[in-house]
Amino acid sequence: MEPLLSIRDLSIAYRVGTSEMLAVENASFDVPRGAIVGLVGESGCGKTTLARSLTRILADNARIAGGQAVFDGQDIMALSERRMNALRWREIAFIPQSAMNSLDPVYTVGSQLAEVLCRRGNLSRRAARRRSEELFEWVGIEAGRLGDYPHQFSGGMRQRVAIALALALDPKLIIADEPVTALDVIVQRQILDQLRELQTRLGISVILVTHDISVVAYVCDRVVVMYAGHVAEAGPMAATLTRPAHPYTMGLRNAFPDLASAGGQLTPIEGAPPNLLHPPPGCRFAARCPFAQPACTDTVPAPVTLDDDHVVACHRWAEADTLRTRAERSETWMART
Amino acid sequence: MTETEALVRVEGARLHYPIGGIVSAMRGLPSAVKAVDGISFTLHRGESVGLLGESGCGKTSTGRLLLKLDDPTDGHITFDGEDITTIRGEALRRFRTRAQLIFQNPFEALNPRFTIRAALSEPLENARIPRAEREARIHRVMDLVRLPDAAQFLDRYPHQLSGGQLQRIVMARALILEPDFVVADEPVSMLDVSVRAGVLNVFREVRARMGLTAVYISHDLALVRYVCERTIVMYLGRIVEDGPTEDLVREPLHPYTKALVAAVPVPHPDQSHDPLPIGRGAPDPRNPPSGCSFRDRCPMAHARCAVEEPGPSRVGQRLVHCHLYDQADTRPAARGTPA
Amino acid sequence: MTNPDTPRRAGRLRRAFAGLRLPLHDPLAIAGLAIYAAFIVIAIFAPQIATHDPTEILFTDDFQLAADLRPGEDGYIMGTTTLGRDVFSQLVWGSRSALVIGLTAAFMVALIGSIVGVVAGYFGGWTDTLLMRLADVAFGIPFLPFVIVLAAFLEPSIWNVVIAMALILWRDTGRVIRSQTLTLRTRAYVEAARISGSSDVKIILRHIVPNVLPLSFLYGSIAIGWAILTEASISFLGFGDPTSISWGYMLQDAYASQALSKRSYYWFVPPGLCIILIVSAGFFISRGYEKILFPKLDR
Repeated sequence: MEPLLSIRDLSIAYRVGTSEMLAVENASFDVPRGAIVGLVGESGCGKTTLARSLTRILADNARIAGGQAVFDGQDIMALSERRMNALRWREIAFIPQSAMNSLDPVYTVGSQLAEVLCRRGNLSRRAARRRSEELFEWVGIEAGRLGDYPHQFSGGMRQRVAIALALALDPKLIIADEPVTALDVIVQRQILDQLRELQTRLGISVILVTHDISVVAYVCDRVVVMYAGHVAEAGPMAATLTRPAHPYTMGLRNAFPDLASAGGQLTPIEGAPPNLLHPPPGCRFAARCPFAQPACTDTVPAPVTLDDDHVVACHRWAEADTLRTRAERSETWMART
Repeated sequence: MTETEALVRVEGARLHYPIGGIVSAMRGLPSAVKAVDGISFTLHRGESVGLLGESGCGKTSTGRLLLKLDDPTDGHITFDGEDITTIRGEALRRFRTRAQLIFQNPFEALNPRFTIRAALSEPLENARIPRAEREARIHRVMDLVRLPDAAQFLDRYPHQLSGGQLQRIVMARALILEPDFVVADEPVSMLDVSVRAGVLNVFREVRARMGLTAVYISHDLALVRYVCERTIVMYLGRIVEDGPTEDLVREPLHPYTKALVAAVPVPHPDQSHDPLPIGRGAPDPRNPPSGCSFRDRCPMAHARCAVEEPGPSRVGQRLVHCHLYDQADTRPAARGTPA
Repeated sequence: MTNPDTPRRAGRLRRAFAGLRLPLHDPLAIAGLAIYAAFIVIAIFAPQIATHDPTEILFTDDFQLAADLRPGEDGYIMGTTTLGRDVFSQLVWGSRSALVIGLTAAFMVALIGSIVGVVAGYFGGWTDTLLMRLADVAFGIPFLPFVIVLAAFLEPSIWNVVIAMALILWRDTGRVIRSQTLTLRTRAYVEAARISGSSDVKIILRHIVPNVLPLSFLYGSIAIGWAILTEASISFLGFGDPTSISWGYMLQDAYASQALSKRSYYWFVPPGLCIILIVSAGFFISRGYEKILFPKLDR
């Protein structure tokens, strides 16, 4: 089946002073229909920029520098502003980071929902009311609380309201930026369960932007790992997390405390991501990669498709299996410091 | 110094913040938030203890009490036999050299106007370490936090360093006076995943090398498990469970700890997606339920929980504050109750 | 990890300059500073620049009172007053009292306000309550009448204005600096200094004061304009110091001599312009400090 969203060679540039910085460069991946895709990476890797660009709402100093994002047969990046506006919220809904704090404190949540439904969804007052009740039921809040103000809800509840708002106009795709980051583990788990349940029930697709691999492992079908503006690796979640092909993903696994496996030493990835104003010529990860070879610092690795839809951008992709075994030893990562 | 020697003793500590005014008092609303509401525990020398809980559970407030950044509304805290709730002057100054805090946000914990050298010198000046000795101590502590090439950092300003480096500097400043006791408040939560491990490893290493007594405040059980052998779980200002971390992870006793352990996501595809053994909703620190503060979300709550605050029950090496484990209570649900 | 190494020498020099915190990035503020510089030069060299003693009663060659001469007439650059005094020389000497009053008042206001604000904000508790109630009292006192009453109790003197400003106008500075201190006090690095054993005095001098300084300067630069305006108003109302020449005194003199009906614009327009110029220069500079403090306003 044709994917719902197909991103090809997408680049997004920020103007910084007199120069330009590519926050996202030649990113390509697919979002299949009815799937949750996790977009993971560290702060500054471009994941939020990329996710935002899909609504075409970017910062003043940002521009789409190339590539396309074909959503349901049409290229979002090439649409007129009017067509794009028609697409937003109705087809593609965006839940910004800390959406739970973006509700207007002086209106009841019900009236904020109704406004979206009437204005953008052209529903009558009464139909909007019915729809609001349905939405609240979906996200697990009693309909009676529609008359409450945002401050009367806990953080988790407000995040549910934010999800209800995103679902209001039956979108095909929801983009959620760090939807559970500010929440406690128990609430986080409940929200993720709710998101998964709704996604299955409504058959929609979700792009979940997060820095937390555990969240990806818990709820996502596919994962896209970004590093310093590039897509390092993308593929089915289970395959990518159990058999990572990119050294960065391998390194992340060692750096992450894991409640399921006792003991063990955590190993950091030494160093820091490159300054994107002056990116290195080759692979962006080369300076921190224990397996870097001369070629890695010269040319940007092209994405290679391994089996099972698993794409990796690494010069040493063919040796992934041996590298993975070496990467599990923490000495491998310490040698370079 | 034996391992069982107590360094810090907390007895019935409470920290209440006044809220509201006459109007809310007339409406019968509570007049204080009970950030910490009667907790007792002992920290032994060389021990590393995690303070675990959700936001608003009082873990950070407890940390502030331990360092005398706030004084308890009620109860006592002794440090090395001395009651720190009343100390002042020279005794307080001495305490300040012995107990330190590692901050949550390294980007804010250093004054942006000062170089790293100036930031590290400040505690040395305060402790009246002679000028001649300072540079050597700075270099020594930089080695300790694994920034061995100290000269490269000392003349820089905080904004010129990465988060991981900054957090090590923050640690270095806490350790430069060779304290006995350190409280770390979510020291890696602001850092990127790939560098967290480095800071955690330094923390573990330093603790072992200096024989530090440490409290690690976090909401993340996986992190706490990595650095602490003992964990205290808090809920709405009270302790619910206190015991060896491994036992707690392997077989949580308190219904809240059970939910907490079950909720922690792991970075593997194969993990349980079972519904959590906990009711929906969130704790409201302004208006906690009567009796056991967890009872409104507890799947095991019974009538007694509403009227009586559960005291500590000893189960193996653990203390559990739950009526299910009361010695007097012999209901079958109380698994693991000692004879 | 940017800028691996900053050269230390150059850094020190730059920091010394940064200590002054002059708002040298904003064109308007630079204009304001330039106006001040010009007036300061004029004030310093007033005896050299002025062509006559400003209080001397002048006579024409034919021993007539040199009254109400037009600019240029008999070589008086800006003409003379009804009493036969040289307007240009008065204008030049007037810059001295304006600057002395403006700068000392600004200094006092910034100093007292900053000390009160920092102490109240940092220590809190009853110190804070006491100082802020005092500020409330100061807010309740109408400023101009207070200066007039003060002038009645003390000898009429230009220093009355300075004293009045010091006694009253610290309230705004104090309030604002207090709130700034309240937020600074909760900064993690201030807490860190406390935990590392720094005394309160040390924390204030090292971590609080450098951060409130631009605010003090902002309120100081606003106070300059206020002080000059107040002095002018007081003199204009006739409660000023009759022995010292100020722009306000010139206006009062011109008003009392019906200069407007005589169309002696040369007499009262220049001091008026000078007041406008120096007061706006003060606000230009304060705008520069505002930009340092709230960079997001710049849009």
